Order: sequence, then structure tokens, then C-alpha cells
Amino acid sequence: MGGRNHQQFSVSDLQEMARQIRRDIIKMLMISQSGHSGGPLGLADIFSSLYFKILRYDASNPTWPERDFFFLSAGHLAPVWYAALARAGFFPLNEMSTLRKLNTRLHGHPAPWYTHGLPGIEIASGALGQGMSIAAGAALGLRMDKRPNRVVVLHGDGELDEGQVWEGMMTAGHYALDNLTAIVDRNFCQIDNRTDKVMELEPLADKWRAFRWNVIECDGNDVGEFLQAMKDAQGFKGKPSVVIAKTFMGKGVSFMEDDYRWHGVPPSIEQGKQALSELSPTRFGDFIEFEWEKRKAEVVK
Amino acid sequence: MARIESKGEKATRQGFSDALLELGEENPNVVVLGGDVSGSVKVDAFAKAYPDRFFSVGVAEADMMGIAAGLALTGKIPIASAYGEFAAGRPFDQIRQSLAYSEIPVKICASHCGITVGPDGATHQSLEDIALMRVLPHMTVISPCDYLETKRAVKASLSIMKGPVYIRFFRDNTPMFTDQSTPFTIGRANTLIDGEDVAIVAVGLQVWEAVLAAEVLAGEGISARVINMHTIKPLDKDTLLKAAMETGAIVTAEDHQIHGGLGSAVAEHLAQVHPTVQEFVAVKDTFGESGKGPELMKKYGIAKDDIVNAARRAVSRKKGGRRS
Repeated sequence: MGGRNHQQFSVSDLQEMARQIRRDIIKMLMISQSGHSGGPLGLADIFSSLYFKILRYDASNPTWPERDFFFLSAGHLAPVWYAALARAGFFPLNEMSTLRKLNTRLHGHPAPWYTHGLPGIEIASGALGQGMSIAAGAALGLRMDKRPNRVVVLHGDGELDEGQVWEGMMTAGHYALDNLTAIVDRNFCQIDNRTDKVMELEPLADKWRAFRWNVIECDGNDVGEFLQAMKDAQGFKGKPSVVIAKTFMGKGVSFMEDDYRWHGVPPSIEQGKQALSELSPTRFGDFIEFEWEKRKAEVVK
Repeated sequence: MARIESKGEKATRQGFSDALLELGEENPNVVVLGGDVSGSVKVDAFAKAYPDRFFSVGVAEADMMGIAAGLALTGKIPIASAYGEFAAGRPFDQIRQSLAYSEIPVKICASHCGITVGPDGATHQSLEDIALMRVLPHMTVISPCDYLETKRAVKASLSIMKGPVYIRFFRDNTPMFTDQSTPFTIGRANTLIDGEDVAIVAVGLQVWEAVLAAEVLAGEGISARVINMHTIKPLDKDTLLKAAMETGAIVTAEDHQIHGGLGSAVAEHLAQVHPTVQEFVAVKDTFGESGKGPELMKKYGIAKDDIVNAARRAVSRKKGGRRS
């Protein structure tokens, strides 16, 4: 398990890394003043688990042929992916301050390494619903050559409104692609409203089962539960597996939690300061120290 | 230049089919995706010969493009097959993001293009696909003129490793008039007939119509150059500029809407480097209907006689100078 060159984290290490990723997200968005807050914050525990426990990769050699293929289908969740990739060593931490700025490699929605240079990103995403098909194609190609690499694709729950996801699910079920695991970020929120108001998805688990998938449900903000769910999913034979991970949008920041209005907006500077005060610093350290943080530190001294 | 002659008829889609069989033999990474029209787009022969490298994805072209992208990421060379309308129109967003923006080398092979697909009617007559595909950055767009050129285009497309390739061909049997000695290089147009008074720039089935038109025009004392612009993107700008400068009158001919296709590509370029009188032989901003291919070509104004008339108009406008 784990990447070729990263540490074997304990559950409490993963939780601490998740908190650091949340701090990174807040700081990135405070600098860019553009981007999505809620979804990325809710996914910090999952991305910490993926990049510091589950996925096999080599950050110094992003095209390592034995790497697992990870696809973020809901590309607007990019801030949490960028933070995890930076923390995993794919690119320098301070590059996080360039999110969404001119000449950045950290585009508003992810662009692949071979066209835009950001290591760790296999293909573009942003227009929703396309990741499942791509993941199924990759799983098919790997299986043809009996390669052991695993494929993981992450969807937002609102994203499941897109019909192409269901086409891809049908294909993955038809070909019994058990080297493929899907994760659904089930936070019950999308841009306009809660998911049951915009387009009812329930009974969601039964729908996946009907498409010939093995379904595992878990608390996506509980690292231990998520690790176990992924272990079960990736060990399951004969069908692709989906982990429907219940998360809270905006998790970790009291005034954002479970509020769909935080889907697509960044915190103001004042809101960002408030958010950071709720997410205590970690041993991993922030990628940037703002002037006001330095001044505050002076006063404390 | 030797006289261009037809050596019998064969469908361009058969050229696609025969190319796949050779590619299957030559390259173990070639995989083919079918969308429940395997018999009509003629990928069934490949599916039979190489069952482990053929994947049915159901009637789901959007999914097909994503699956092709995923296969390509693992080192495969995917060939996605569908009818033109469903190869370019329906999965446009998937082609744009997962293939073109991501510069993924997938070959999109579109059969049954144009109004000449005939009896199925307007829903199945892909008349916008060149426009849709050529507007995408990193996309290569090829519209071969006969059986052999289709076969050669499909095989040559494997050399393009950056971004997707869209290859457009047809259902019906059509004249075979190229052979192995005819040059074929992606991005380099073929001048089939030399001429000085007007240049007919054609793609697909209209290349043969242009050859026939040139014969009629020769009888009237109009010397028509015939250029097979099989690659619409990237356009062979050198051959085009030379033709514009040497003849001063251009006719474009295609089985496609008048807006956005070959004619537009030619006009866009010449407007910038050497504005030239141009007549457009294309479907005039309307949808088609049921009928036989040759009947529809006549009714919708994209047959030999339409090219002849367009050439006459172009020559006369050129003589009339700017006022026309």
C-alpha cells in the first residue's frame, strides 16, 4: 500500500494531514479570491487518505508505469487535489499561492501534466460527468495487459445528474471492471440547493447495485471508516466497487458546514481568518505565512 | 498530368474496414470501439479477427469518447467508430475536454457522413461535423475522397500522437480514382488536375464531382485546377495560396453545410493572405431529407453541375473585378 516514496501514516497522522490540507485550501482561496470552498473542505479526509495511504505513485516520477490512476471527475474540487498533490511532493508547496492566477499550472479546473505541466494530473476535467468513462477505459486497458495498477475515480453527488456517468457505470458493470473503484462525495449539496431539491438521487446505493456495482457506504469524514471502505472496495472481485462516502460540505469550518451556498465561492479575507482560527496549525506547516500572521506572532513573543 | 479515371466503385467505409484489419495485424496496441453499428460502419471484420481488442460500448457515444481517452492513457491506440452525427455532434463536449484539450491521441472514425447517406433522412445526415471538429484546437480533420484514400488516411492517422484525429467518410459505393502512386500525406493537398482559370478545392465525394466538372469546363475553354484538400485541418495553406494567386478564382465543394466547413476554412485563410473570389458548393444552411444519395446531391446543389456553374460564376466575377 501507499506510494513508492511516501510515509506510512497512522490514522492520526492522516487526520492531521487532512487538517493541513484544509488550511491549505483556505489560504489558497484567500489568495485567489476565486474558487470552490465547500466541496474541497469536505473532501480533505478522503484526499489525505488517498495520497498518504491508498494510492500507489511516485511523486518524483509521476508517469511511473506502475502508478494507480486517479481521476477527479468533478474538476471544480481542484483545490483539495492541488493541496494533496503538493503535500505528497508532486510540486513545490509555495506554488499553491498561484491558484487560478495568470500563467499558473493550478488552473481553475485541472489540466493534464503533458499539456499544462502539473504533475499528477492525467487528464482534464471540469465539464462534469466525464471521469467515469475515462476511468472505465483506463481500467479496461490495464486489464487487457494484466497490469496490477488500480483505477480510482471521484465524483461529486450533484455530478451524478450528468447522464454520461450512468453510461460509464453501465460499461464498467458490463465489463466487470473490478480494478476500478468509484468514490461518490455524498454531501447532499450542489450549487443551487440541496441535492434532493435540485434532482433527487435516492435510492442512490440501489441505483449503483442495479448497474452491477458492489456498493459500500461509509462516513467520508472518518479516516478510519474510509480506509476500511476502500480496502473492501479494492479487494472485491468480479464487479467494480463504489464507495458512497457521506461528507459534510465545508467540514471543519463552522460557518460553512453543510451549507450549499459555500459550493462555489471563496472566503473573504475576514472569513478566511475566522476559518483558519478554527483549524489549528499542524506539524506540517503552512505553505505561506500571511503578514497579519507574522504580526500576530510578534505580539505573542 | 494523366487523366483521372474511375476504376470501379467501392465504399469509403470499406476502406476504413480494410485499414483496421491491417492495423490489427501490424500494431497490437490498436483497439476498436463500436457503438452498436458495427456492421454498418464496418468494424465487424476487426471485431471478428481481434475479439480481444474490440469493445462494444453500447449506443453511448459520449461514453465511447471517454473510454477511448482512458484506453489511450494506458498506452492503447483507440479507434472510436460511429455515424458522423453521433461521432462529432452528440459527444462534442467529451471530444472537446477529454480528447482535444487533453491532447489525447484517439482516432474518431465517422462513417455515413453527409447528405448522401440518403434514405435515413436529416437526423442521420451529418452536415455540421467538419465545422464542429475543425474549430477545436489540437484536432486534425481529414475527409478522404475514395476507398483507397480512406484506407490510407486511417493508417496514416496513427502517426499523429498529439491530439485526436477526425476522419470522415461515407456509406455508399463511390468511384475509386486514386491508387498507390497518388501522393497521400496528412496536411498536404493533392492537385489532381492543373488549371489556370479557376481552382476547385474539394473534399470527400465532391473531389470526383470536381474531376467531372473540370472535364465539362475544359469543353467550354475554362481551365480548372482540381485540388483534393483531404486534410481540412491543418489546411495546406501553401497549395491554397498558390492556387489563389495563379487562378484568381476559387470554388470550394463539400457534402457539408455552407457554414463552417471546407469553404469557410478556405475563405478564412485567403481573406487574411490573398482575398480571392470564391464560390461555395455546399448545403445551403438547411437540413436534408430522405432520398437516394445522388438525388440529394442534385437537389441540394452539391453535384457536378453545381460545381460547373459555380466555376463559371467565379470566373465571371473575377473578370468583373471588385464590383461583383
